[in-house]
Order: sequence, then structure tokens, then C-alpha cells
Amino acid sequence: MIMLLRRSCQQVTHLVLQAEDRALPLRDRLAVRLHMLMCKACPRFADQVALMRRASKRWREYSESE
Amino acid sequence: MTDYAKAIEALRPQLLKYARLQLRNAAWAEDAVSETILAALEKPQAFRGQSQLKTWLVGILKHKLIDQIRRNCREMSSTVEDGVDLDDELFHKDGHWREAPQDWGDPEQALRQLEFMKVLEACVELLPGQQGRLFMMREWLELDSDEICKALAITPTNLWVMLHRARLRLRDCLQLNWFAGPSAPAR
Repeated sequence: MIMLLRRSCQQVTHLVLQAEDRALPLRDRLAVRLHMLMCKACPRFADQVALMRRASKRWREYSESE
Repeated sequence: MTDYAKAIEALRPQLLKYARLQLRNAAWAEDAVSETILAALEKPQAFRGQSQLKTWLVGILKHKLIDQIRRNCREMSSTVEDGVDLDDELFHKDGHWREAPQDWGDPEQALRQLEFMKVLEACVELLPGQQGRLFMMREWLELDSDEICKALAITPTNLWVMLHRARLRLRDCLQLNWFAGPSAPAR
């Protein structure tokens, strides 16, 4: 099972970014979760993506206010 | 010119900035902004001052931008630059990071700063044309994937590929110009 869910960092970044625009299938979500437990680099990438999402929201609000 | 008209005219440069970022074409952007201002001047009674003038105008602009996208969708296509993928620069052939992502620290600290918004804006502007349009449609116009695909007659896969590239570029640009730059918060 674990072997089947094994993903490379590159594959995980693809999934993390795709999750910004669509709901991932359960299998992919599980694979990402597992990878994050074993990897030091990818959780940072996920944090960066989360920061960018919040930044976009803040920017949108900023563009609409005086 | 009435004060109302003056106040609207004063906001033109800001409206134009967002219109350009969204459409990536100066002439279409001018049209969208002129239509917005005209609509506002024709219906002053629609603005009741319950929201800020700029908020109201940006709301109108967003509709006009979607009109422009529909009108000019055939000319909104990818360029060579849109096809460039950062993946090879980021990863070894075996899928491992060449260089691990940096810790960006406390997001609030960055997000509170007006300077950060300016850097973000500049980074969006640096995206290749189609990537920029799609990113803006998603994040600024807040359209969902189906609406974007329909408006530009692209497949969902194509949209994801382009948004993927856009977000990697944006990340790269923010890393370079904010998190590693001279204005980076000391830590």
C-alpha cells in the first residue's frame, strides 16, 4: 500500500498546486499526506503555496479598497 | 466636471493597471476602463455611497473585463514563453529538489506590508501573457475552472498546466525579489 502511494517531490508539488484549483481524489490526498511526513522540503513548498493563496486574497482586497 | 466625475476620473490609472494585468493588451484595457467609466457616469444614481467609490468601480470593471475576454478570446492564445516549464530547473531527473524550498517565515509579517503587495503585483505583471491572464481570471476575477475553460475554449488539463507554470514562476519571483531580496525581513 505504502509503495503504491509513493510519490517523488516533483509529483507532490504538482499535486499541491493542482489542489489549488480542484479537489484531489482521495488516493492523491493520501499520497501527499504520506510524502509530507517523510520529506522536509515539500512541506515548505506547501507553506509557500498557502502563503501565495493568502497573498492573492489580500491583494484582491487591496485592489478594491481605497 | 462635477466632483463625482472628477473622483471617477482620478481612479482611471488604477483601473487601467488592473485591466492591463488581466487582458495583457493596452487597447482592450483602455476599452474596458472607458466602458466602466461611462457606465458609472451614466448611472450616478446606482452609486449610493454605501460602498467606497473604488470598490464599486472595480466591481463594474470586472464585468467589463469578462466582456472583453469573451469578445477577444480568439486572440488570447499561448506564446512560446507560456510553454516554458520551470520543472527542469527545480528538480533532478529522479524527481528530487535541486534546491530545497526556503522557509518563508511568518506569512502575516509579509502580508501586512504594502511593499509586499507591490512586489506581488510586479511579479504577476512579469508572467507570460496567457499565464498572466489565466492567473488573474482565477485569483483576481475569481472565476472557477469551468468558467475559464469555457471563456477561452481550453481544456481543464491545459488550464491546470498553465496555472501550475504561473504559480511556480510567481513563487520564483517572490523568492528572488522579496524573501531573498534586500527588503526581506531579518530573521
